[in-house]
Amino acid sequence: MIITSSRLINGLTMLLVGVALFVTWRPARRGFSGVARAPRGDRDQPVDCRDQSSPIRHAVTWSHVISWSGVAAALIVGAGVMGWIDEGRRFRLDPPVNSELDGFRLMPNGISGAPPEIDFARGQPYENDAYNLSQGKRLYTWFGCPTCHGDGRGGQGPSFLDGWWLYGPEMVSIVASIRDGRPHGMPPFRERIPIEQIWQLAGYVQSMGSYTPKVSAPGRDDAKHARPAENRGPAVMLFEEGPIGVHPRQGPSP
Amino acid sequence: MNGKIPLIFVIGTLAGCAGTQSALDVHGEPAVHLRQLMLILIFVGVTVWVIVVAALAYAVLHHRSSPIDRAARSDRRARFIVTSLVVATAVIIAGLTVASFYTTRLIDGIGEPEMTVVVRGEQWWWRVTYLQDGQSAFQTANEIHIPVGTRVRLQLESADVVHSFWVPSLAGKQDLVPGRTNTLTIHADRPGVYRGQCAEFCGLQHSHMALLVMADDEASYRRWYASQLAESLVPDQPELARGKAAFLRKPCAACHRVRGTTADGTTGPDLTHVGSRGTIGAGLFDRTRGTLAAWIADPQTLKPGNNMPAVPLTSDELRSVSAYLESLK
Repeated sequence: MIITSSRLINGLTMLLVGVALFVTWRPARRGFSGVARAPRGDRDQPVDCRDQSSPIRHAVTWSHVISWSGVAAALIVGAGVMGWIDEGRRFRLDPPVNSELDGFRLMPNGISGAPPEIDFARGQPYENDAYNLSQGKRLYTWFGCPTCHGDGRGGQGPSFLDGWWLYGPEMVSIVASIRDGRPHGMPPFRERIPIEQIWQLAGYVQSMGSYTPKVSAPGRDDAKHARPAENRGPAVMLFEEGPIGVHPRQGPSP
Repeated sequence: MNGKIPLIFVIGTLAGCAGTQSALDVHGEPAVHLRQLMLILIFVGVTVWVIVVAALAYAVLHHRSSPIDRAARSDRRARFIVTSLVVATAVIIAGLTVASFYTTRLIDGIGEPEMTVVVRGEQWWWRVTYLQDGQSAFQTANEIHIPVGTRVRLQLESADVVHSFWVPSLAGKQDLVPGRTNTLTIHADRPGVYRGQCAEFCGLQHSHMALLVMADDEASYRRWYASQLAESLVPDQPELARGKAAFLRKPCAACHRVRGTTADGTTGPDLTHVGSRGTIGAGLFDRTRGTLAAWIADPQTLKPGNNMPAVPLTSDELRSVSAYLESLK
C-alpha cells in the first residue's frame, strides 16, 4: 500500500515537472529562434529581436532569464520531492507489525504457506525494497551464512543459485528455514536473529535464487564479483548446469 | 530584539573555540602546528581584506566626476598599481603554499610512535582494537585511552564507507578508506578528555559518530589497560544473573561479544566492559542504566537507521539486561 501510493506520487511528480518544464520552456524557444511576438498592436508581425533599436529585445532577454530560472526551479523542486519520497523511510517497525511478521502459517509439510497479512498491506517490502535487500546482504555475512552456503553457490550447505529449491522459493518457506531450521544441518536462528532481520535475509536469499531478475537490487559488492550479481537472476544462468551437490530430498523440478 | 540576534550568533560561534573539541584549544603537537598555520592564514586573509575594502572605500569616495579627465599620468599610475598588486598576490599565495607544505612536514616529523591502536570506522561507530605482539588484545568502542606524552600510531581502517577521524585538539583529519590502511599519529601533552567525530559524511547517522580520546597519566592508563584485558565480571546479584541469562538467550549474543561468556558475536561493539565507557551509541548518550535500557528498547527511534534491531524483550528482561550491562565495569 505504502509502496504503491509512493509510486503514484512519484509518477504525479514526474508529470508536474514535465508540465512545469513545458510551460516555462515555451518563451525560451521563442527566444532562441530570435523572433518574438510584439506584446500588443501588430501581433501578426514577427519582430527581429536582434535589432538593437527594438524595445522588444529587452522583453525577450528577460523572458530568457525567467524561463531558465523557471526550469531550474522546477528541476530543483522535482528532485527534492522525489528524493523525499524515495528516502521517506521509517526504520522503526511498530512492535505490533513486528510480532505480526512472526505469524505466518506454513503448510503441514513445511513448504510454502500463507504470508502474514501485514506483508501484503505494506507492499511486500522484504522482496521489493532495495533497502531491505541491501540489509539482507549485510546480514548474510554478519550471521555467518557464507560458512555453509558460500557466496550463494553453496558449500557444506545447498546452493541458492543452481535454480533448485528444496522447499520452494516462497518467502514463507525461506523465512521458516532460517527461523526454525531444516533437517540435515540447517540450524534454527529463532533466538539469534530478530524476525524482521530474518525477513530481510530471506528477501536477499530469494533475490539471489530468483529466475526472473528483480527490479530492486541490493548494494554492490566491494570485492570483485565471483558470480553474476544478485539482481541479474544468476539462477537462470546457473540452472542449466544442474543441481550442485544433489541432495536425496531434492525435488524433481525447480 | 533586532539588535540581540547578531549578539546571540556571536556568542554561539564563540562557544566552539574552547572545551573538549576545538582546533584552537590544542594539546597535541600536530594540532599546535595546524593552529599556527590557521592563525597565519587568518592574519594574512584579514589584512588583505582590510586593505582591499579600504581601497574600495577610497575609490567610492574619490570617484572621478566625469570620464573625460583621463591623462597619461594617471594611466601610468594605474599600470604601476595593477602590476604591483599582481606581484603581491603571487607572493602571498606562494608564501601561504610554502607555509602549508612546511606545516605538513612538521606534522609528519613528530617522531616514531611508541604504540599502535587499530581504529575501524563502521556505520556509525568506531571499533577500537588494542594490540599485543601484533595480535588483538581486546576490543572497545568509541573510546580510545592513551598515555599522556606517548606518541600513539592509529591504524585507520573502514568496514563500509569512507569515514574520517578527527580529534581537533590533538591532530588533523585523516580518512578511513575501505580496503586501505591509513595511519595517524596522535599525542596528548596533558591529561584530559578530547572529543572527536567523523569528519566525512558517511550516511544517515554521520552526526552521531563521535568518539572520546582519554589521555591518562601512566598509572591510570596501566590500570585501565589491565581492567580491559580482564574478562567480564561474573554477576554477584540475582538480578544481574537473570540479565546475563537473558542476554545470552536472546539475539543480543549473536552480534555482541562479552568475553568470559558464550556471547561471541563480532558484528556489534564488544560489550565486555561497556559499563566502564563514558557514552553509548557513539556519543549519543552518557552511559547510564537508563540510557542503556532506552537504547535496547528502541534503538531505531534514538538513532534511526543504525544496525541495531529492536529485540522484543519483556519489561523484566529489559530491566535486568540493562542492569547487567551497566554492571560490566
